[in-house]
Amino acid sequence: MSRLGVFVCHCGENIGRTVDCAAVAAAAARFPGVVHSVDYKYMCSDPGQSMIKKAIADLKLTGVVVAACSPRMHERTFRSAAAQAGLNPYLLEMANVREHCSWVHADRAAATAKAVELVRLMVEKTRRDRALRPVRVPVEPTAMVVGGGIAGIQAALDIAAGGKKVVLVESGPSIGGHMARLSETFPTLDCSQCILTPRMVEAASHPNIRLMTYAEVAAVEGFVGNFEVTVRRKARFVDPDKCTGCGDCWNRCPQKRIPSEFDAGLGARRAIYVPFPQAVPNKPVIDAERCTMLKQGKCGLCAKVCPRGAVDFKDRDRLEKVKVGAVVLATGFELWDHASYGEYGGGRLADVIDGFAFERLASASGPTGGAIKRPSDGAEPKTVVFIQCCGSRDEKKGLPYCSKICCMYTAKHAMLYRHKVHDGEATVFYMDIRATGKGYEEFVRRAIDNDGARYVRGRVSRVYRRQDGRLVVKGADTLAGRPVTVLADMVVLADAVRPRRGSERLAQLFGVGYDQHGFYSEAHPKLRPVETAAAGVFLAGACQAPKDIPDAVAQASAAAAKTLGLFSQPQLEREPVIARVNRNLCSHCRSCVHTCPYGAVKDFEVKDRAGSVLKVVAEVNEGLCQGCGTCVAVCRSHCIDLDGFTDEQIHAQIAALEAA
Amino acid sequence: MSQGPDADLADAVRDAAGVRVERCYQCGKCTAGCPMARHMDLAPNQIMRLAQTGDPGDREALLRSLAIWCCAGCLTCTQRCPRELDPAAVIDALRELSRREGKVSPRGRRILAFHEAFLASVEHTGRMSEVPLVGLYKLWSGDIFQDLAVAPAMLARGKLPLIPHVIKGRTEIRRIFEACRAKEKA
Amino acid sequence: MTPPRCPPPPRGGAGDIGYYPGCSLAGGAVELDLSIRALARVAGAELREIDDWNCCGATAAHSLNHDLAVALPFRALALAEAQGLGTVLAPCAACFSRLKGTLVRLGRDPGLAERAARLAGLPFQGKVRVVSINGFINGLLADGLAGTLTRPLPGLKAVPYYGCLLSRGEGINEGEDPESPSAMEGAIKAAGCSVLPWNFATECCGGGFSMSKTEAVMDLGGAVLSDAKAAGADLVVVGCPMCHSNLDMRRRGAMPVLYLSELLGLAAGLSPAALGLDRHFTDARTVCAGGRP
Repeated sequence: MSRLGVFVCHCGENIGRTVDCAAVAAAAARFPGVVHSVDYKYMCSDPGQSMIKKAIADLKLTGVVVAACSPRMHERTFRSAAAQAGLNPYLLEMANVREHCSWVHADRAAATAKAVELVRLMVEKTRRDRALRPVRVPVEPTAMVVGGGIAGIQAALDIAAGGKKVVLVESGPSIGGHMARLSETFPTLDCSQCILTPRMVEAASHPNIRLMTYAEVAAVEGFVGNFEVTVRRKARFVDPDKCTGCGDCWNRCPQKRIPSEFDAGLGARRAIYVPFPQAVPNKPVIDAERCTMLKQGKCGLCAKVCPRGAVDFKDRDRLEKVKVGAVVLATGFELWDHASYGEYGGGRLADVIDGFAFERLASASGPTGGAIKRPSDGAEPKTVVFIQCCGSRDEKKGLPYCSKICCMYTAKHAMLYRHKVHDGEATVFYMDIRATGKGYEEFVRRAIDNDGARYVRGRVSRVYRRQDGRLVVKGADTLAGRPVTVLADMVVLADAVRPRRGSERLAQLFGVGYDQHGFYSEAHPKLRPVETAAAGVFLAGACQAPKDIPDAVAQASAAAAKTLGLFSQPQLEREPVIARVNRNLCSHCRSCVHTCPYGAVKDFEVKDRAGSVLKVVAEVNEGLCQGCGTCVAVCRSHCIDLDGFTDEQIHAQIAALEAA
Repeated sequence: MSQGPDADLADAVRDAAGVRVERCYQCGKCTAGCPMARHMDLAPNQIMRLAQTGDPGDREALLRSLAIWCCAGCLTCTQRCPRELDPAAVIDALRELSRREGKVSPRGRRILAFHEAFLASVEHTGRMSEVPLVGLYKLWSGDIFQDLAVAPAMLARGKLPLIPHVIKGRTEIRRIFEACRAKEKA
Repeated sequence: MTPPRCPPPPRGGAGDIGYYPGCSLAGGAVELDLSIRALARVAGAELREIDDWNCCGATAAHSLNHDLAVALPFRALALAEAQGLGTVLAPCAACFSRLKGTLVRLGRDPGLAERAARLAGLPFQGKVRVVSINGFINGLLADGLAGTLTRPLPGLKAVPYYGCLLSRGEGINEGEDPESPSAMEGAIKAAGCSVLPWNFATECCGGGFSMSKTEAVMDLGGAVLSDAKAAGADLVVVGCPMCHSNLDMRRRGAMPVLYLSELLGLAAGLSPAALGLDRHFTDARTVCAGGRP
């Protein structure tokens, strides 16, 4: 026989203004099984919780209904109060009379009547609640970080510092990411490589970190605490154990004109190469697409000159399985390709470059040694136009969002240009200046006030190259209300920030959501910004949204903290809202196996004592099940039920509603 | 359909041109690409802005502007608008309102005279013919001496047929004009 | 060669191509009419003029009355349909833009289609295709005209000038990048000329402001021709009577400006006079001399 308590919360005026809470409590007192029913100003307050605990103890309650806000707000609060009073927490339910009632209705009488109904439903459910125990799963205390840019490096270092092992998977030949390509960083103008390379070295030498460069995630199995990730280790054609990074091979490689990805195509690399001198690991790979030995069986010079015999043309991709308990996705971003921006030359104009190309021009380690030279003829440009929002905030191009970093790096570019070319003119076309970080606004003002960058408010309609080689930039000055034409020697487009190509496939492997642009979705935009809908998979950096370095690093540290939190216990506790199969009824039609979105349902062989198989049934893996109920709905023999939301409970609630 | 002088301009534009001017975020790309902008007293982005405000003074300024008559209808603005608006259609709608309310800028009257002469020629014969078009234009714009030198050269090249072509369905055409004008006045 | 923008036009009998010359082709753009008809004859394509067609309203109608801007082209389209013409060629870019634009809008907005039918007092099912000068000529080339171009004009450097009306406007140019259209390129090359890259292929010439805002037309047309000159062009190839008039007549003497159909006609061996080349203000016959030793 149930002995239920009902506690109706006023939530100050939030509920009390629209719902007559005393009347609700009085009505609930008459529901079957209810032995105690009261209302109170703030149930979540200490005195409110004490009321519940005291009633559980004094009246030996077998279940509790709290009529208050959404369970997303305070279910945890009340359930832990119940547990403290000795009641199984899953015997406490919440009736949402705030978001579902007082906040959406104006009529007090009607809202009160609805609140009574909502409480009635929860009473019917609670009468049929079973005591549940949280699910416990073991945790493999090793993390995988996917992406070796600054966010991935930071996450790996923080997890490693916390004493846990990390596997850092990077698709390129070196870690370092885009940050290694930058000249100087806003708003302090630190040399990017100077502050980054110590971190790269630390990551490579840390005893808790294992680097897997030139590697990609190929498959993912398992669940939070127990992932098994298959990593494709791409053929390097160079044995890293033998290679000393002496450079004899790449200095001799005859393929000298391959555009360097690292230098945004402005510099060249060889077919056997390290992407940049400070690469970590400083061991080359062979670009199989460009190597004549691999393509036509001719050359092999690198193998001949290698003093260690490290070059191996027979190398092949290998698959390696790694067991990890948590994953941090830090796959970063790339710039939108302005080739589809026909009005800005559609990528056909050599002197219309993107932000990375400018970074490489301005970088002391870049192809020009830090001298600003335009790509077409190597001349020093005397007028440079910077165009912000190229692709960003442009619905016509399908990119309605703000790329966030461009206002700042454009200001930096204008500043660096003026530092390097004293008689040069820098014109920036902008729509809005978004400089919201610490010291950012001051930085932009400095570019304008001290360094003479000319800021013009308006979008550019067209850029074309006149026959004499000068670029005609047709912009507008909307503040003056007129079109503006600037003759430029070089144009820098602040191309939109986009997730890395292939990021969607990776998200699908890990069961992580992503938005229409491919940015990974966090579990809650405000309160769970580094978690994903997939338990144990966290986000760091620009794969989630456009971010600058400080934001990416902060998020990486947050993801590391989440990972370390997950690893702090040898076992993992999860909500016991999971599907359960009645083996006696299961006809093994496998509908549930096919429909489960989490791959949580597997075949299970029921064996006798001798070990021979009696029958095969479906079984739910508690670690993987997310309690979505899809299997319950598709089960033909009605043999699956969801703990905490059984068919019986739902039917009882509906019946109660019909009876009323 | 009816839009008196008191009606909200943004609503009138939406009804006539199907464009929600309030969506414009004033990037200025229309102005940047407009081939006629330097002949205008209001830049295209300012036209969009004044159509957003709901201010009666702005409405007046727009309908009395020269700018709306300077639009060549080249659609560069429409083609490149990052918010996928259609400023050219907005300007079409404003011209129509301006004329209906008798607010055509004195500096835009030559352009209006040309359009009116063009349509008058079409209304009476079903087609545009150069001689009545130019004749009426000169009469209505007062621009008698425009292109006098060109006419003989045109004539010599067979480009100025003296007798306009008249179609059979003139009554139909006239009825279409009347129906469209009725809409205009309704 | 650029693939044709439309399937090859059907020939003979009920498959005749409807011809909507537009008003300019009886006057200022007479050479466009002459060259289109002559080229069609060479290619064996039958053009059947829409009986009793009316003016499309051009810039004037959409400037002053948006109902008229739909109702006038609507009547022309409805007549074509009633006369059994499935395809209508509108060689004038302005007419093409109005007819095709109206067709696109009618297809998108059933309410507008209903209103237009009421205003025009005619039924229209929308079963007409509208073809531009570029689509028409590319269709002829694909259909065999390319093999009959016996008098190509090698050595001539041309710039294709699309202007506004052949490049912009919703649904005007399916499959083409409005920022860098290419529909004319194949045809110009088929005529033996080389096509030069330049910057003003889709810039505006001032359009219908020839009389009413002449100074703007002088500026804009001048800019177009200077870029063509800087690019090293011998001639500008157009498909629009307004562009032609603004560059040929207003900017008299600057550079030969030929309709695409005139150029193809020359390559097909037709005489300059038959194509109307003697009617230009800027001598266009020089291109023959330049092209033929």
